[in-house]
Order: sequence, then C-alpha cells, then structure tokens
Amino acid sequence: MVEFFQHIVNGLSLGSTYALIALGYTMVFGVLQLINFAHGDVFMLGAFIGMYTAYALALHTSPSLAALMITLLAAMAGCAIIGFLIERFAYRPLRNAPRINVLITAVGVSLFLEFSGQIIFGADPKFFPQVYQPQGDWMIAGVRLNPLQVINFTISVTLMLVLQFVVFKTRLGRALRAVSFNHELASLMGIPTNRIISLTFVLGSILAGAAGVLVALSYPKIDPLMGIMPGIKAFAAAVLGGIGNITGAVIGSFILGLAEQLIVAYGAPTYRDALAFVILILILLVKPAGIMGVHRAEKV
Amino acid sequence: MPDSTLLNLQDVTVHYGVICATEKVSFSVASGEIVTLIGANGAGKSTTLRAISGLLKPSSGTITFEGENIVGETPNVIVSKGIVHAPEGRGIFLNLSIEENLDLGAWTNPDSDSVKQQLEYVFKLFPRLLERRKQNAGTLSGGEQQMLAIGRALMAKPQLLLLDEPSLGLAPQLIELIFEIICEINKRGTTVLLVEQNAHQALEIAHRGVVLETGKVVLEGPASELKKSEAVQKAYLGG
Repeated sequence: MVEFFQHIVNGLSLGSTYALIALGYTMVFGVLQLINFAHGDVFMLGAFIGMYTAYALALHTSPSLAALMITLLAAMAGCAIIGFLIERFAYRPLRNAPRINVLITAVGVSLFLEFSGQIIFGADPKFFPQVYQPQGDWMIAGVRLNPLQVINFTISVTLMLVLQFVVFKTRLGRALRAVSFNHELASLMGIPTNRIISLTFVLGSILAGAAGVLVALSYPKIDPLMGIMPGIKAFAAAVLGGIGNITGAVIGSFILGLAEQLIVAYGAPTYRDALAFVILILILLVKPAGIMGVHRAEKV
Repeated sequence: MPDSTLLNLQDVTVHYGVICATEKVSFSVASGEIVTLIGANGAGKSTTLRAISGLLKPSSGTITFEGENIVGETPNVIVSKGIVHAPEGRGIFLNLSIEENLDLGAWTNPDSDSVKQQLEYVFKLFPRLLERRKQNAGTLSGGEQQMLAIGRALMAKPQLLLLDEPSLGLAPQLIELIFEIICEINKRGTTVLLVEQNAHQALEIAHRGVVLETGKVVLEGPASELKKSEAVQKAYLGG
C-alpha cells in the first residue's frame, strides 16, 4: 500500500510537469485554434536558459532553494521573450492565412528551434547543474518522498493557481477569454486582440520554461531534442482534457502522469511512452471533445 | 435638431473579394440623431456598419468621425474614439458571465466612477440583467441576450452607437421594449445608427432614414417622409 502511494506521489509530480506544458498548448489553441508544435521546444529552451544562467552566476557552487528560484525565473523570463517573438514573427503575419499554412509554419518553427539548438548548444547532451540538492528523503506517513518531486509539484501547482487567477479573476484574463471566444467581437469591445494573443503566448511559454528547469532538475541530462517527447505527451494530455480548456489540460495531465507511473510500476514499463496515445485514443472514441471539452459549432 | 455632423460617409465602396457589397455609399449622421439604415437582405446594411467600426476596410471612400478620417484604423482604436458597434446576432460572450460581459463593454472606459454609473444605468434599463448578473451569458434567452448586447454597448459610454438588427428573432412585445429603450438611450445624448429590416418600426423612432438597395443609397430623408415612400415599401418587402 505504501508503495502504491509512492507511485501516486511520483505520478502527481510527473503529471504536474505535463500540466505546465499542456497549459500552453491549450491556451494558444483557445485563442488561435492553432496547435503550436514549437511549444515543446520552448520547454527545451527553458532548460538551456536555466543551465546557462546557473553557470553564468555560478549558482551550482552553492545549491539552495534561492539558486533554484533564480534559475527558474531566468528561464521563465527568457521563454516569455521567445514565446513573444515566435508569435510576433512566425504566426502574426499569417493571421488571415488558411489554417493549414499556420500549422505547417508551426512545424517549421519547431524544427528551426530544435536544429538551431543543435548548432548553438551542440547535439550532445549537457549536464544540468545541480542548483538545488536536498539531502535524503522525506518520510510522511511511511511514504518516501523525494524532496525534488515535492518541490517540483509545489512549484507547478503554484504556477497553475497563479495562471488560474490571471485567467479567471483579472481584466486581462477576461479579455483573453473574450478573444478565445471570438476575435472580432473582442475587438469591438476595444480589446487589442493582437496584444492579448501575444500575452497568451507569453503566459504559455513562461510555464513551459519553468517546466524545462523543473524537469532538468530531476533528469539532469538536457539536449536540443529533449522537448519533442514531453511536448507530444503534454499535447496528448491537453487533447485528453479537452483542448482549449484550461482545467481540462490540468486534469488530462494528471491522468496521464499517474497512468504512466502506474504502468511503469505494475505493468509493462516498455509501453510507457505508448500509453499516452492509447489513453488518448480511448477517450476520443468515447468523448471526441475530450474530458472537459464542449462541442462548439464551427463558426461561420 | 441636427446641429453638427458626427459621422460622415463619402463614396464608401466595400468589396468582399471581387464581389462589391456597397458602392459609393454616402450619408451622414448628425450628433443627437437616430438614423436608420434600412433595406432588404444583402442590401449592404451590415457591411456599412462593419466598415464604420473597422471590421472591414473599404476599397475606396472616406469615413470621418468628428471630422477625422477613421478608414484604416483597427476596430479597437475606433471603439476608443467613441463608436460602439453592437453586431448582428447579439454577439455576446457566451462563455462569460453577464457581469463579465458588461465589464468588457467598459474596456475603453478608464474612469471607474463612470463605469459604475453606466452599470447602474444599464441595470436600471434592464433589471433582468441585474437579477442574473452572476449567470453565464449562455443561459440567457434570446431577448435577454439582446438586452445584454445593448447594455454592454452602453458601458463604453459611446458617442455613436451602431445597432445591427436589434429586433432580429424577438417576440413583438420585446421588440417594442427594445425600440423604446433605443429612444431612451438617444434622449440621454447618444447618437444612434440603427440597421433594421423591420423598416416600419425603425422609421417610427428614427429622425432620418437611409434606404439601401443592392449596395447603393437609393433614398434618404426624414423618417416621416420615408414612411410614405414607395421605395421603402419596396425595400422593406425585399424588392
């Protein structure tokens, strides 16, 4: 039983990482009906920005929670800028283009980031500096908790709550939801839709950047293609939850994280990466719009 | 009653691709007026409103608001100049609450006292919205959605209100109420440009009317005269 709870804790930790990435997919889809394939690569860039910041400031020489926070903030700020630039220069010029053009461009941006990364950072894996090294494990009611996982989970959930607050309680969040309902209508309220779309990319990229550092902290080998698999899985989680729906993305991610952890523990670990898609297919067969998704009539 | 020109359209031509939706439409709206734009389906009424609010860019012609050319401005800039467009089909945010819809209507209004005042005014006009302000706008009936659309447009304290078919799909009593409220809004100093297929009723409350037929202005004049005109009968019946 204790072992089971341990797997649950691990699953929640994994799920919270997926959620950070999935939120970016789902928000961008909400405002632009675009699958931003480059999103997983923003996650990768977050890890690299974190790494270079840590080395530049020699944060790994004195690992602490503060060092982690600095690394995290640097990655989030860097990814915010990258997200802004991607939208501004890759997607905005295509605002009125057919959707397929934008989709192809998204694939292009993804490849551009991956292979620019290989040129700039090198293709071989790099070691992510240990900016935070908690000693030993924490025991709570017989459950062994890896402090990194607890920190990972706590930071992820905090960021999700902040996002939830921004989207549902602030004026900008209201504008964001208005734009995702209908651009034209939002512009008739006087809302600068382009700026809100930029904001959406910035918010999503901030979360992806944070996820990059958090994952690199637990799995400290990073390379320019590391964003592909988590990106695809987080996308699957977003679709599972109902793409376009923020709560759905979080739910889908936790389901996926838990399922992956449990299949590794009790079933067939080799199927770990296939599981996301099996769940996705099953859910979509039963509920094509995803768990939280509502079928919206195509706009005319 | 017309003391000064608020809005002026000069030879406004709008194309959808190669199709010409309006051709050299010219008319003006004076401050304080209710002007109604009437005509059959496809006459170019909504297109004209969309050109004014910046949703469409005319291929030629000028649109001036308070003497300033607004062609080429984005819709959000035009809203901040004081033109608010309540689009056809109600166009409310069904995923937001009534309160949030109204709040968004006040996006360009930076003064929170004035927003509060407008909110009270809107709730006075439409008490139904006050009762349901926490509800999701998607739960409202068609008539209530129309009230919300008009109420939300008022939140920006517009100088010029563009209303596109506010009576569409409503029960006769509701239509009457909506028209009464348009009069009331106008009396409080908002200039109204009203697009209607319901020509008779629109001419009842308007000061002046402009009749469109296949993208052109065919008639223009005081509402009382247009009511008697044959062309209006024709346009109204879809001729």
